[in-house]
Amino acid sequence: MREFHYRRPARVSDALALLGTDPGARPLAGGTNLVDLMKTGVERPALLVDLRDLPLDRIEATPDGGLRIGATATNSDLAAHPDVRRRYPALAQAVLAGASGQVRIMATVGGNLLQRTRCGYFTAPATTTACNKRAPGSGCAAIAGEHRNHAVLGATEHCVAVHPSDMAVALTAFDATVTYETADGTGELPLAGLYRPVGGTPHLETALPTGALITGVVLPPAPVAAASRYRKVRERASYAFAIGSLAAALDVRDGTVRDVRLAFGAVASHPWRARRAERALTGGPADATAFAAAADAELAAARPLPHNGHKLPLLRTLAVAVLTELAQEAAR
Amino acid sequence: MTTATTPPRPATGAVGTSHIRLEGRDKVTGAARYAADFPADGLAHGWIVVSTVARGRIRSVADTPVLAMPGVLAVLHHGNAPRLKEDFSGTFGPDATTQILQHDRVPHAGWPVALVVAETPEQAREAAESLTVTYATEPHDVDFRPGHPAAYTPEARPVRPAAAEKGDVEAELAASDVVVDARYTTAEEHHNPMEPHAALAHWDGGRLDVVDTTQGAHATAQDLARLFGLDPAAVRLRSEHVGGGFGCKAQVRAHLVLAVMAATLLARPVRVALTRAQTFTLIGHRSATAQRVRLGAGADGRLRALEHTALSATSTVQEFVETSAAYGRSLYDARGHRTVDSVVPLDIPTPTYMRAPGEAPGSFALECALDELAERCGIDPIVLRGRNEPAVGPVSGLPFAGRRLLDCFAEGARRFGWDGRDPRPGVRRDGRWLVGTGTAAATFFAGAFPATASATAHPDGTFTVRIAAADIGTGARTALTQLAAEALEVTPGRVRLLIADSDFGAAWVAGGSMGTRSWGWAVTLAARDLRERLALGGGVPADGLTVRSDTTQAVGALAARERHSYGAQFAEVAVDPGTGEIRVRRMLGVFAAGRIVNPLTARSQLTGGMIWGLSMALHEEAVRDTASGTLVNADLAGYHIAAHADVPAVEADWLDDPDPEDPVGIKGIGEIGAVGSAAAIANAVWHATGVRHRNLPIRPDRVLTAERDRAGHR
Amino acid sequence: MTAPTSSVITLHINGEPHTLTVDHRTTLLDALRERLGLTGTKKGCDHGQCGACTVLLDGRRALACLQLAVATEGRAVTTVEGVADGDRLHPVQQAFLELDGYQCGYCTPGQICSALAVLEEHAAGWPSAVTADLRPEAGPPALTDDEIRERMSGNLCRCAAYPAIVRAVARAAQERPGESGTVAA
Repeated sequence: MREFHYRRPARVSDALALLGTDPGARPLAGGTNLVDLMKTGVERPALLVDLRDLPLDRIEATPDGGLRIGATATNSDLAAHPDVRRRYPALAQAVLAGASGQVRIMATVGGNLLQRTRCGYFTAPATTTACNKRAPGSGCAAIAGEHRNHAVLGATEHCVAVHPSDMAVALTAFDATVTYETADGTGELPLAGLYRPVGGTPHLETALPTGALITGVVLPPAPVAAASRYRKVRERASYAFAIGSLAAALDVRDGTVRDVRLAFGAVASHPWRARRAERALTGGPADATAFAAAADAELAAARPLPHNGHKLPLLRTLAVAVLTELAQEAAR
Repeated sequence: MTTATTPPRPATGAVGTSHIRLEGRDKVTGAARYAADFPADGLAHGWIVVSTVARGRIRSVADTPVLAMPGVLAVLHHGNAPRLKEDFSGTFGPDATTQILQHDRVPHAGWPVALVVAETPEQAREAAESLTVTYATEPHDVDFRPGHPAAYTPEARPVRPAAAEKGDVEAELAASDVVVDARYTTAEEHHNPMEPHAALAHWDGGRLDVVDTTQGAHATAQDLARLFGLDPAAVRLRSEHVGGGFGCKAQVRAHLVLAVMAATLLARPVRVALTRAQTFTLIGHRSATAQRVRLGAGADGRLRALEHTALSATSTVQEFVETSAAYGRSLYDARGHRTVDSVVPLDIPTPTYMRAPGEAPGSFALECALDELAERCGIDPIVLRGRNEPAVGPVSGLPFAGRRLLDCFAEGARRFGWDGRDPRPGVRRDGRWLVGTGTAAATFFAGAFPATASATAHPDGTFTVRIAAADIGTGARTALTQLAAEALEVTPGRVRLLIADSDFGAAWVAGGSMGTRSWGWAVTLAARDLRERLALGGGVPADGLTVRSDTTQAVGALAARERHSYGAQFAEVAVDPGTGEIRVRRMLGVFAAGRIVNPLTARSQLTGGMIWGLSMALHEEAVRDTASGTLVNADLAGYHIAAHADVPAVEADWLDDPDPEDPVGIKGIGEIGAVGSAAAIANAVWHATGVRHRNLPIRPDRVLTAERDRAGHR
Repeated sequence: MTAPTSSVITLHINGEPHTLTVDHRTTLLDALRERLGLTGTKKGCDHGQCGACTVLLDGRRALACLQLAVATEGRAVTTVEGVADGDRLHPVQQAFLELDGYQCGYCTPGQICSALAVLEEHAAGWPSAVTADLRPEAGPPALTDDEIRERMSGNLCRCAAYPAIVRAVARAAQERPGESGTVAA
């Protein structure tokens, strides 16, 4: 770990000033990803701007029935929040499926969205292996190497890493918006637009302007979200990253799908909103055949690597199983 | 020295009753000190730099700019490090992995190429990360695969010959009604004790004083003295508490060598601690294995042929053979019997002993093959074992010193609810889960090594017993206290047991399930001798009365027998064929493992071993990138060991297992729990799904791929 | 710019203030162990992947290896050394001791700190990944063995003392003042 400077501003404007003046500055929130990567040498900040004292940790209902989540609200506070559990249960489940109790208490919502991939070629310390994300232009060792848990959707020959977040999968399904500030003012991005396509520049991960600080996430009102679920499959029963995951919400009336939300996790460089599947389902029957057909429609675009083709039947199973459960619960 | 063979007299109720660990209070309050916990005035911190290439030579080590960094005291490398004994041979024989910074060769990625020493750990770390080392790289080969052209069968091995054969396997196979011919693989596994290796070394009045984390303070001290060419009496090494060992803390490792080098050069205390990532390349591991089992049997399941061949990988530095194929030599008989272990040297770190070395992977293959045979014969797997119970050692011809394997199965079957089990696979559903049960046998060699101990009577009626034993979590400290109390015919509270100090004399390490057996023997002899002397009267002098024991003669006098512990393993699993998830729902192990000294800690050790089997069956796998030669998951997020949520109710119990011929009667329980447990789970996965998973770990993707293949074949 | 790469801070540990100059690179874990002699908190992986360094920060569990010391100023730290009440062990410690909830003991301080927090989190009504009904109206879930296992999963134990640890946490849960609704199934 390299020597660095440390500041803990009390105001967002001060934080922005610090982040804007030093290109080596990084915001520090929970530190669960950043400090880890500083130890492996992937991150070498010259200045850490600690966000702890900023007033960005509140979770509150919006007048329209949505939810505003401060960027430094912790994962565990988010998962425990009554409004989240009641109105967006898949979000609470997604958060609870991530990492461990300790990590969730430290980690923050903003940090969760910006966490880096867990691809072993990216995180390996002092490695000589190629990684375009860590060392642009060096290549991607995972494509010819170990990629069992890598992307099946949206990847390119430059990078096949997946985004590791569970929380972001549920937020994506619920059309969350990310709010940010820069020295020039405030801005917002739909979460789906926060992550750049991999293309040829996998090291450029987000569309945030330089020096921007995520201030929060806004969830629009979504009645469908009250009947939602997150399912995650991993190589351990807990404390492991996903092989595949699904956030789903379903509104069924009289056997017909009125509204549906689907997002896959651990399949791409960002949470994968399954809009094709949603379109296929909306207005149609809520049965297993339709659910399977919708999953297949979404996964038709998948381009699995030699050793991760198992993700496709897994995601199909998850989609059918979770939507069937939600449909059965709606029928009760 | 007496070699009394009278049965122990339980005068105090100390042995065989549960006692909480003597150091338990220290462990729950944080007072127990492990190797990296010891302070020292003027302590300097070493940080190891390891190679980033898998094979080649070091061209340069740019130490000058690093020496100018804040706090940096020294940069040791092959160009300036003190010389070690080149032909070093230690407790476990020749060991070229100890030749740290002695040459410019890089035999594998993660080999130590330098040590940076600084005033603070932060300075040492940044300086180490800043050190530029250049290499002349050479092509490497880390690709472990069956049929590798460099594979060979080692010739002369004193313990566990690589090959054993009797009869004509091919002829017996040809004459068999049923033949099973199956190939199995197990993954490269890493010990990952929770405590990474660390050592603190300093010179104190002409003596080298070391705190290390080791499974044998005396053995490590002796080896260290030999390696550095020191008078053995000039080395004192202690390891009061050890945060797990499992085989990776029995040898002199890089952290210790480097701490001693730096403390010697700088003439101040130096601590060197491994990072978790470094433990993946510097402390040994269990090789991956590729095994083939061929069984031939009559229609009644009686074996005619048993052939088990196994390949493991070793390094180019030192040969180590994972003796998987040896597992069946004492367990199952057949007229044609052939077991051969082979090994292939690759450009990887040197493997070593890891909990149930040989037995863990070997039992997976053979106990699964037996299950396949039972299926083919239409016989219950337990009945099959009953039909193959040998009268004498199948290969040795020696009589058994007790063999209650079938009793373990009977008791286990009763408690597990095995009777009436529907043998058909893939027919039990519980929601999205397919449910199945499986069983497997277990056996582990019960050996003993010589040890010395001393027992001192004090005028106040208390006693001090000293032995260079190690408590790596086994409960040895408590068990030995119980044994001493029993032999002294006093309550355990009057016995102070001191361990883990090389100054206490020669003693075997905590390994091979022989620690408590070997030490307990020496402790018992010393304590009994002391009691007999006190019984003669004459009182205790003010400075105490001390007697010493040495079991060399007694161990040597032990009659040759097939002496083993046994067990029957049971598991119930649930498999979701749609997601590939596997959940173990319960496990039961019933063991016959000699005299159980402390039921409370014994149960923990046995269930711990069983969970190792679970972890091996479902989770553990070091993944090596063939292009770079490095591991891509050398951390605890990537290399999964079972977590709380993976572990269900696990029960272990035991049968009486007396051996009247044996003066101690303790067989050791460190490893038997980890034998056969992975096979029981794999057999249960077959019973649940109808798919034989012969490659460990049984990952979700393997389940999913098997389901896809099966669907494709329909 | 020559802004310092170290700071003078005051850490409040087990109720005691400690003022020291810390290198910014120093984690809370290393500050405890190397600077303050509090070696009960263990370094298992140094990357937040094992839980051995678990401490309580303002009463909530945290990984000391990922927590920079300089960022800990003003927060109350409880380590394993601060759990017992003088010579009297905390019920969680007592349960680990009596039920053999450990073997080598290296992960034990982290398990104990984690267990303390799990009981608090459960009492506060926090759900877990295995909680069937997340609705706040459902109230705190019964602290079943499965709930304990999931909540304790951030603490690895290589000796695999898991079954006894779960028993110890369950017993400590039942001994909580006013406890009546827990289920030890």
